[in-house]
Amino acid sequence: MSKSLFEKVWDAHAVRQLANGQTQLLIGTHLIHEVTSPQAFGMLRDHGLKVQYPHRTFATVDHIVPTNESVEPYSDPLAQGMIEELRKNCAENGVTFFDTNTGKQGVVHIVGPEQGITQPGTTIACGDSHTATHGAFGAIAFGIGTSQVRDVLATQTIALNQLKVRRINVNGDLLPGVYAKDVILHIIRLLGTQGGTGYAYEYAGTTFDNFTMEERMTVCNMSIEGGARVGYVNPDETTFEYLKGRPYSPTGEAWDAAVAEWKSFASDEGCSYDDVVNIDASEIQPTVTWGITPAQGVGINENIPAIAEGETQSERDSIAEALEYMKFEGGSAMKGKKIDVAFIGSCTNGRLSDFEEVAKFVEGRKVAEGVQAIIVPGSQVVAKIAEAKGLDKIFVEAGFEWRAAGCSMCLAMNPDKLVGDQLCASSSNRNFKGRQGSPTGRTMLMSPLMVAAAAVTGEVSDAREVFGVAPVGV
Amino acid sequence: MPSTPIKQVSGKGVFVPGDDIDTDRIIPARFMKCITFDGLGEYLFYDVRKTESGEDKAHNLNDPRFSEASILVSGNNFGCGSSREHAPQSILRAGYNAVIAGSFAEIFFGNSTNLGVVCVIATDADREAIAAAIEADPTLEVTIDVENLKVNFGDQSVPCEIKPGARDSLLSGNYDPLSELLEGLDDVAKTAGALSYMQA
Ligand code: SF4
Repeated sequence: MSKSLFEKVWDAHAVRQLANGQTQLLIGTHLIHEVTSPQAFGMLRDHGLKVQYPHRTFATVDHIVPTNESVEPYSDPLAQGMIEELRKNCAENGVTFFDTNTGKQGVVHIVGPEQGITQPGTTIACGDSHTATHGAFGAIAFGIGTSQVRDVLATQTIALNQLKVRRINVNGDLLPGVYAKDVILHIIRLLGTQGGTGYAYEYAGTTFDNFTMEERMTVCNMSIEGGARVGYVNPDETTFEYLKGRPYSPTGEAWDAAVAEWKSFASDEGCSYDDVVNIDASEIQPTVTWGITPAQGVGINENIPAIAEGETQSERDSIAEALEYMKFEGGSAMKGKKIDVAFIGSCTNGRLSDFEEVAKFVEGRKVAEGVQAIIVPGSQVVAKIAEAKGLDKIFVEAGFEWRAAGCSMCLAMNPDKLVGDQLCASSSNRNFKGRQGSPTGRTMLMSPLMVAAAAVTGEVSDAREVFGVAPVGV
Repeated sequence: MPSTPIKQVSGKGVFVPGDDIDTDRIIPARFMKCITFDGLGEYLFYDVRKTESGEDKAHNLNDPRFSEASILVSGNNFGCGSSREHAPQSILRAGYNAVIAGSFAEIFFGNSTNLGVVCVIATDADREAIAAAIEADPTLEVTIDVENLKVNFGDQSVPCEIKPGARDSLLSGNYDPLSELLEGLDDVAKTAGALSYMQA
């Protein structure tokens, strides 16, 4: 019988059925960070348990690291305490830690792939909802809670219900100036923030076939914003090409065997899906969120909806709540909203290709007066390559701050925060109330190039016009 | 480590209106700079309850009439966003042990169930009826009957839903899966042994 990648990976990792009908699922690769793991190690100590497969857990520190100071102790004693706790837990349990002095530290979802730890046909879990990022490689990757981090440490398994699979086909070429970020914002806008509940999303179609691994990661990363805990792309030559020669990738004969095995996990032609959605790539516009959920987005040339446009009372309530929080007028143009801050970074768009694309267009331009613009590499590896290519100089010359690797202003558990009701153009993944550190701070999600366009004009703009990416009106 | 079975949860209710209440709203990230979950209860819904200068906003959660509530009633897609277990932990530590919503985000639902925080689904109309009843009488006893899938309040009763697996786990007291997972360690070794990438 033909099967989807999800089913094959699930079957290969299913240990047994539990009394309540859930599956005890083997988690081959476990990634941890400083925010959601200390309590799990604490629970392990309380139960007198040890880490069962220490060589399959990898740690990094990302959420709390300051991006503008590198010398410890950090000015924030709580942040210092968290990094030290992680160091201690890793050392005591024999877990590999990509610490700040290794040259490999960074946002967990950037580090796993770039080290070659993220591989096709595997199961991956991390106490972090953006773990679906790793699905870009044809892995089944879950965000889990801290009690489950404990379960993985103690048993290398979690108790889980099987998911349904929705195939999302995107076919055709994206218009110039439209990016992977726009693809996922468009999907979420179409299917809603709860559309993916109970599903794994299989992203496919010629648009995905032509995507680089970094573009696939951007889309998979935001699966959870659409309610899907898991999102993946079937592995292909692009995947293998990316993995070849990475520190944790197999070598020699083992490489050939691995590639053959990885290929066998791809969804079989003609396998059945619980649902199929088809999207025409040419319909996708540069997309910007105007509200407080990632589904509240519009194409750059559209207007923000008016309350009356909501079809149900609860939709009208949601629009009203979002407009009030964002201080936007219903029916007004998305374009032209004056920004205070521009942020390019995060596990969604903090990779080398994001910075290369932005550098290409901001070279010789200047960040608008009164706008604070920061660019934060997703990892030390990304930072090093970007600097070797001179991208940092282009950014600094243009008036951006070039920072050290970390989550930074994506969630502001570090010194990078919005102040008051500042309006931020952001390449990150969440626009929830207060997400960027100020309880009244306002976030608009968009692609890195759209953030750059907003940074140089001082307002939400169409990057295609600002940078001459494509003729106006396309 | 089986816990006490949870067949029903009773207590007073409080209505927290809104759809898509995300985990950043349940517990803002800035309060997660901690290495234990102790003390998180204090920061539950912090920015919903407090102004930027730390004063109480007008909200049911600050209303003394609802100060004894132990059951939250809310909207659709409750607990969306981050996988942080800090969210159900802060709910539990603030003295709540159940949530009635229109729907739940998946990771939040799983995290809550593992902790024995009962999450049940009721329709918009039924939640409105519950909200209206507790608004009219904040001392009203609300009972979530996990066994019979009902929410009883005053002389009213409405149906509710919960995933069958989660219901079984609550009723049997096996909602924390750790001991059952540990019992399977030999089988885990077999499954791991068949996967090349698992080898040391
Ligand atoms: S960059 Fe943002 S979304 Fe990604 S792991 Fe860090 S805080 Fe989470």
